[in-house]
Amino acid sequence: MTSTGVIAGTPQARLAVSHIGVAIAAFGVAAIMGMLQGLSIADVEFPMRSESLYYMFVTAHGVLMALVFTTFFIMGLGYAICYAQLQRIVGMKTAWLGFWMAVVGTVAAAYTILTGQSTVLYTFYPPMQAHPLFYIGATLLVIGSWLWGGVLIASYVSWKKDHPGQPVPMAMHGMLATIIVWYLATSGLAWEVLFMLIPWSMGWVETIDPVIARTLFWWFGHPLVYFWLMPAYVLWYTVMPRIAGGRLFSDKLARMVFILFVVLSTPVGFHHQFADPGISANWKFVHTITTFAILFPSFVTAFTVIASLEIAGRLKGAKGLFNWIGTLPWKDPFFLAMALAMLSFTFGGFGGAINAAYGMNSMVHNTAWIMGHFHVTLGTTSALTFMGATYWLLPRLLGRELKLVGLARIQPWLWFIGMGIFSTSFHIAGLRGLPRRVYSGALAGEQGDAWAALTSAGAIGGVVLFLSSLCFVSVVIATWTSGRKVEAPAFEFAIPLEPVTTMGLWDRLGMWTIVGIVMIILAYAYPLATLIMTPRYGSPPFQPF
Amino acid sequence: MSVNVYERLWMWGAGGLIVLFLAVIGITAVTQAVQPPSHIETINPATLMDHPEFGDPQVKVGPDGKVTVSVVAEMFQFRPDPIEVPVNTPVMFRITSADVVHGFQIIGTNANAMAVPGYVSQFTMTFTKAGEYDIACNEYCGLMHHGMVGKITVTGGQQ
Repeated sequence: MTSTGVIAGTPQARLAVSHIGVAIAAFGVAAIMGMLQGLSIADVEFPMRSESLYYMFVTAHGVLMALVFTTFFIMGLGYAICYAQLQRIVGMKTAWLGFWMAVVGTVAAAYTILTGQSTVLYTFYPPMQAHPLFYIGATLLVIGSWLWGGVLIASYVSWKKDHPGQPVPMAMHGMLATIIVWYLATSGLAWEVLFMLIPWSMGWVETIDPVIARTLFWWFGHPLVYFWLMPAYVLWYTVMPRIAGGRLFSDKLARMVFILFVVLSTPVGFHHQFADPGISANWKFVHTITTFAILFPSFVTAFTVIASLEIAGRLKGAKGLFNWIGTLPWKDPFFLAMALAMLSFTFGGFGGAINAAYGMNSMVHNTAWIMGHFHVTLGTTSALTFMGATYWLLPRLLGRELKLVGLARIQPWLWFIGMGIFSTSFHIAGLRGLPRRVYSGALAGEQGDAWAALTSAGAIGGVVLFLSSLCFVSVVIATWTSGRKVEAPAFEFAIPLEPVTTMGLWDRLGMWTIVGIVMIILAYAYPLATLIMTPRYGSPPFQPF
Repeated sequence: MSVNVYERLWMWGAGGLIVLFLAVIGITAVTQAVQPPSHIETINPATLMDHPEFGDPQVKVGPDGKVTVSVVAEMFQFRPDPIEVPVNTPVMFRITSADVVHGFQIIGTNANAMAVPGYVSQFTMTFTKAGEYDIACNEYCGLMHHGMVGKITVTGGQQ
């Protein structure tokens, strides 16, 4: 049946939807915490408000949203796309093993966070030390995702054997590039966690070097951003034009975009460490160049996706310069969510260019601006896209009609508006010097007053975001439990104007992986080696929570 | 397969913009020394108390009139506090941490550096306005992180 793209009712669909379910459960829990954090920063009193609860929630919200929600969602989406486009998932048992490892890891890490033993935030910078199970849980989550990547690559290899000389369909091309970025990214994290944090947290070694740990963390931490963004791009390129009735404007450039991410997404980590000692300004400048270069694929995406949507409007007869926009399916919750997510990314992109600018970064580094920034990027561009994608995935995976469609239509607007208020407030507060991650915005007398109006507005934005989350989770639960059983719609992807039919430069995934590895070596080998050869003094652990 | 002419123009435009951004950053870095704090110097956090400079961190004025401020960031304060420096004079800040990672951000200025145990952060800045400034820790350092605030008093000038 799968050659028609209908997969509901199959074990493969069950595998995919199980991942989506865990992702949304994590999202729901983290959404409540997010709202309470917003209230706390604005000094709104609520029962049980305390420093320890606030910083515990910052940790849990970050881990659940940035690592658990995203990773599980992307794994589920990857399985669905793979089965729909390649008609196979090779290694179902391994896939389930990966799922359960990731679930067990998440539960273990969440247990140590919610019992107050790992209030180290999702960046877990040493020498602040978490419970060993926090690091081990995170490791299991990542190993689970590695098995997922392996299963999708095995499926691709098997498909290649049946289709020699053919380029893989575009959506799967994007997912495979995402997996390559994920392997490149997590190699840095694995080094940090396996060889530094776990031995140190078990007491096998006494001290740890914080700058080397931070460097390895950001080797992982920035490509992590593209791990979130690339699946969103897959949906924008291959599903959004289909739903709108358009065509993929350029198959070839879409493939190029994903390859550029493979090459450029990792050698950029120092732009998170501009304010760090121990790394020379020259190497920070090198990473600035690669960071700006990675704007390029996003510029191309903006053109190609919008051009693909314009085709939809033209096919419906729109003639003027802009009136094709009105013909797009704005009442479709999937389309609406994606479109608003794309719009948010233009703001996120402006902010990102400022963060990456070597000198200007000093104005915003570690201020509330950064928090405002990643809530329009990860928190909207990726998260809202994934929410919209859920409205598209559930009927196709469960064979049930979407319920509470009215709520699903309001939800993206609520998210967009709530985030607009939230993010704008914290961008401005950050420019005025409000540090990020503070229990209370009323720091030192006068400064606190200057920020009060902004943090209050941020809290209102947070409440609107929570209402949006409530709508989203309600739609998911209602659809999952009592959506009308219907004949499942098919997975269908946008047809390119000019399909890529033979293997081209941008389809050589193995070669580009090697280029990606070389880029990491060029970007990190010298500064890391210099640091390792400098006489250094490690730090003992601290648990100030 | 060809690339559409408008898309081709768009890509040249995007590439040009990126090159322009980088040129501005590169030129200001070289000509105006607009660079992030990137000092490389290590220090033993375990023996910080006996360290000649950071054992008792102070504001020091050298024989040439150069002002050096040594700062220890620790849970949940900066030492010395308050810091007193003259206006319109280059001030070199040297910062380290006695425990976890902290931030050192002088609110209302571009001064923003990490205080990392085992390392010394260093940058030089000139205050052009006298008055009181707040220093905030901008890296989570424990349950009283939000209360870790210090003061800088900039004195002198024509007030």
